[in-house]
Amino acid sequence: MYLNFGVPLALTVIGIGFVALMFGLQKLLAPNNPYPRKLIPYECGEPPTGRAWINFNVRFYLIALIFVVFEVEVAFVYPIAAVYLDWVRRGAALAALSEILVFLLILFAGLAYVWVKHDLEWIKKVPE
Amino acid sequence: MRTLVQTLLASGFFGRNTPYDLVAAIAVFVLSAAVFLGVAFPFAGIVSWVERRVWARIQSRVGPNRVGPNGFLQWLADGVKHVCKEDIVPTDADPVLFKMAPYLVVLAFVLPWAVMPFSSALILADLNVGILYMTAVTAITVVGVLMAGWASNDKWSLIGGIRSAAQIVSYEIPAGLSIFPVVLMTGTLSMQGIIRAQGWAPQHWFLFANPFTFVAANILFISALAEGNRTPFDLPEAESELVAGFATEYSGMRYLFFFMAEWGNLFIIGAIIATLFLGGWQFPRVSNNPVVMNVLELITFNVKVLFLVFVSMWVRGTLPRVRIDQLMTLCWKYFVPIAFANMIGTAIWVAIWPEGNPVAGYIMFAAGIVVAIVFIRRVVFYAKRSQMELYYYPTI
Repeated sequence: MYLNFGVPLALTVIGIGFVALMFGLQKLLAPNNPYPRKLIPYECGEPPTGRAWINFNVRFYLIALIFVVFEVEVAFVYPIAAVYLDWVRRGAALAALSEILVFLLILFAGLAYVWVKHDLEWIKKVPE
Repeated sequence: MRTLVQTLLASGFFGRNTPYDLVAAIAVFVLSAAVFLGVAFPFAGIVSWVERRVWARIQSRVGPNRVGPNGFLQWLADGVKHVCKEDIVPTDADPVLFKMAPYLVVLAFVLPWAVMPFSSALILADLNVGILYMTAVTAITVVGVLMAGWASNDKWSLIGGIRSAAQIVSYEIPAGLSIFPVVLMTGTLSMQGIIRAQGWAPQHWFLFANPFTFVAANILFISALAEGNRTPFDLPEAESELVAGFATEYSGMRYLFFFMAEWGNLFIIGAIIATLFLGGWQFPRVSNNPVVMNVLELITFNVKVLFLVFVSMWVRGTLPRVRIDQLMTLCWKYFVPIAFANMIGTAIWVAIWPEGNPVAGYIMFAAGIVVAIVFIRRVVFYAKRSQMELYYYPTI
């Protein structure tokens, strides 16, 4: 088994080594002639107005919050899904099914809540 | 893998007292390097040429045809050009994050090849958590892209990076939920186990196993396109509005690695769909020779994957880009509820027919053929009509 899990490790080393090798090759072959005008951020040819690390739209933050809830749920459902067929074959179909249903319905209530609160709309209308 | 190591030890190539673990480690490393340099890297290059030729064909152009026969070596020429380009790191950028981002993106492209089931014997590591591992490592992309967008300290990059992050994380939910129907039906997460649970004939594929899996396959394919930043979901690098999105400040090799990973991910998207829903490498048992069988299975798997890669190119050449509010509405208001319903429906289906319903496969397959015929007739009809228009009104 440890042999199998060695493969991702080997691929990590190969991937990072390959990228580093290519960067080394570029350092040898490519010209290097930086000057200040070349190194300013690109803003369509105009001099940049201020830095780019600014406040961005809060929608992205909300999407990330909703994502965290559901991704954790997806991670928790994997083990149940993997043993579900065994339970059905052992005659415990109803128990397994009701467990999955209860878990999913609680999570679906979360989605319904976000939906009712209009947080899935990109442009949220504030009630008067 | 174990038999290979024992054969190597018995051949006496490594000397008599070499420990088993050392030989095993060397074998793992050499095989992984062979898969990366022999399959993943050339595929990512060649598919960039194929894609440009396919688009050119769709748009009545010629496409790259100068370097090598029919432009076949274009990808090598592009690589050489990028190696010889000056590497610019803007003064305002965060240098560490800026240089780290391509490593993470390439890592997310390299790691899925560990569980790529090319045939019944050709797989680097048949992990018992195969499909979970696949979803986990492909999700590393979002870290790299967000890092690139933030570290560049450029407004285009920032907008591209956070758009990409929002899009990839949103579409991971329907993609993850669409994998569950297959896991519920097989009771295993291993890639080879999922393929062995299907048959070579289309009515035994999970695509046609029941109505829920058919919908799940379509949701998974569309979500995978969105996760791979492919048109019609290429908002993060929308040329007409965001210059080059998160890659605006990148040049030379660093820029190339982002797009190498994007093109390479096409194969991974195709492989996930082919494994879960299209029967993977399954081929009728025509020979008892394992070598012949493995070659046939390798060809079957690659035909299925390359067809899906072609479909994604076709989609990219045909459809316009969606707006970001449409993107989010499609994901959260349509795909997530439908994927939930799919999962519950499949759970009930499995509770009623634990070994699968054989009649449903034939009915679904027949319905699939009808849908395909209607689609092809539509395409032919509109192709003919546009040709007629060109014939009668050649100036428009």
